[in-house]
Amino acid sequence: MTKQEREKAALEATSLGRDAWEHIKRNRMAQIGGVLFITITLMCWIGPWLSSYSLNQQDLAYGAQSPSAQHWFGTDDLGRDLFVRILIGGRISIGVGFAATFIALVIGVIYGSIAGYVGGKVEDLMMRFVDAVYALPFTMIVIILTVTFDKKSIILIFMAIGAVEWLTMARIVRGQTRALRKLNFIDAAKVYGASHFRILIRHILPNCLGPIIVFTTLMIPSVILLESVLSFLGLGVQPPMSSWGVLINEGAKKIDIYPWQLIFPALFFSITLFALNFIGDGLRDALDPKETK
Amino acid sequence: MFNLIIRRLLQAIPTLWVVATATFLLLRLAPGGPFDDEKPLPPEIKEKIEAHYGLDLPLHEQYFEFLGNILQGDLGPSYKYPGWDVQEIIIQAFPVSLELGLWGLLIALSVGIPIGTIAAIKHNTPTETGLMGIATIGICLPSFVVGPILLLFFSLHLDWFNPLGWTFATDRVLPAITLGLLYAASIARLARSGMLDVLQDDYIRTARAKGLAEKTVIIRHALRTALNPVVAYLGPAAAGLISGSFVVETIFFIPGLGPFFVNAALNRDYTMVMGTVLFYATLIILFNLIVDLIQMWMNPRSRHD
Repeated sequence: MTKQEREKAALEATSLGRDAWEHIKRNRMAQIGGVLFITITLMCWIGPWLSSYSLNQQDLAYGAQSPSAQHWFGTDDLGRDLFVRILIGGRISIGVGFAATFIALVIGVIYGSIAGYVGGKVEDLMMRFVDAVYALPFTMIVIILTVTFDKKSIILIFMAIGAVEWLTMARIVRGQTRALRKLNFIDAAKVYGASHFRILIRHILPNCLGPIIVFTTLMIPSVILLESVLSFLGLGVQPPMSSWGVLINEGAKKIDIYPWQLIFPALFFSITLFALNFIGDGLRDALDPKETK
Repeated sequence: MFNLIIRRLLQAIPTLWVVATATFLLLRLAPGGPFDDEKPLPPEIKEKIEAHYGLDLPLHEQYFEFLGNILQGDLGPSYKYPGWDVQEIIIQAFPVSLELGLWGLLIALSVGIPIGTIAAIKHNTPTETGLMGIATIGICLPSFVVGPILLLFFSLHLDWFNPLGWTFATDRVLPAITLGLLYAASIARLARSGMLDVLQDDYIRTARAKGLAEKTVIIRHALRTALNPVVAYLGPAAAGLISGSFVVETIFFIPGLGPFFVNAALNRDYTMVMGTVLFYATLIILFNLIVDLIQMWMNPRSRHD
């Protein structure tokens, strides 16, 4: 092997991003998922500005109208344009999904990497705690958390969800860190005089990046789902504010008379989950060496 | 195995204590109390009621009294259903939730396992792509979307089932499907990957080399090992089925424990919330133990851990 060849091989071997990109380029479903998700996100953020209706603007003359040229997805019983409400609801649902996932990511990575790196009794105790909380139904904890705090605040809803969803992330990061801790390059860094903090940040976490990214992508849809379940049960986002869970809840009550009020929000919601799941699956194939066959 | 059971039951004690304490503190942090109604009670009456339930005592005294009562198996009276003890409500409502959960689980397993197995056998064919596509769609259709749509189509349009209630045997069909579908999809994916792994094992090649029919190889030899990930998933799935049943019970107006819990949380019915949480926590710990025992029975390799 010439020097040039070796350099080239090293370059290709190290680039996680490029490797993943090559995989994704071959995965048609992940691409479709990506395009769908970007489209829906853009629609949710730009759409309401372009529409001539606003979130709570009422067209009371007719009450609930079926889809028409003026109201593409019809209106709800208060005469509010459903299209705008779905898009603004999407902002909330997607926004809560990302924000809560971010919180779970930060807590989970810090907790898991410390547990895995320190090891011994501390690790045992920390993971035992995770196991204990893990044994409970997530929704129950989140329901209690949402009533504990002022339930009308969206920030608290995603804090509550984030505070529960970090457990799996902590388990994954801890497993990775444990495996890495014993490897030679960590010893080398210690000999070199690197602090524990530096070893964690510069040497261990970059090597856990693959699983972290994959799990984060798969966590977003489950968080969106959880937010919707809460809103569906009347514990999450409160009307007149809109979220997909709220809209599906309102629609489900009147499905026999105004079916479009359920079908359109449900469609947006399901397509988003579908897209995110395919992106997550694609990334898992691309980034997780264990899954590649 | 006996050791495992004892160890798990001992571990359950601190877990339940953490759960009880955390729930107690969170509920007391929550603004408002059980007797703050929209139409306020006269203060002297409210004081009387609170004194009756011991809510006027200092918080730590209430906490120890609550722990003491639980240790004696007494979950206390419900604040919002006067005359009812929390135990009585749970005994009344839980069998309904349990039945719903078991039907849901049955549907999840009996749909998920065959789909996953067939997909694995037909690896790299359009059949696999199609079946797994359906499974992925299934994961994206949560019960609060599936439920109302099934309700609309089968109850209101075709008039095959009662739209609401839990009186007749046929009332179980739609709720159980709604609850089970999501888990059927997850189980199908797990069964497929489990089966794909196993089919490459040496002992399967041996079984084939002996000249066994492919059907026998799959059902008698491969399935038992292939289902390990599915069995491991049953623990988390049980927790999910409980939460899922909250939604399904709300959609179909089923008199299970779910709506009681949600209402209790909203109305600050402290004893009811605590009782339900502890009850479900115990249930899930026991269920996880059973799942582990089943796993040990099915997979001798895991016995050495």
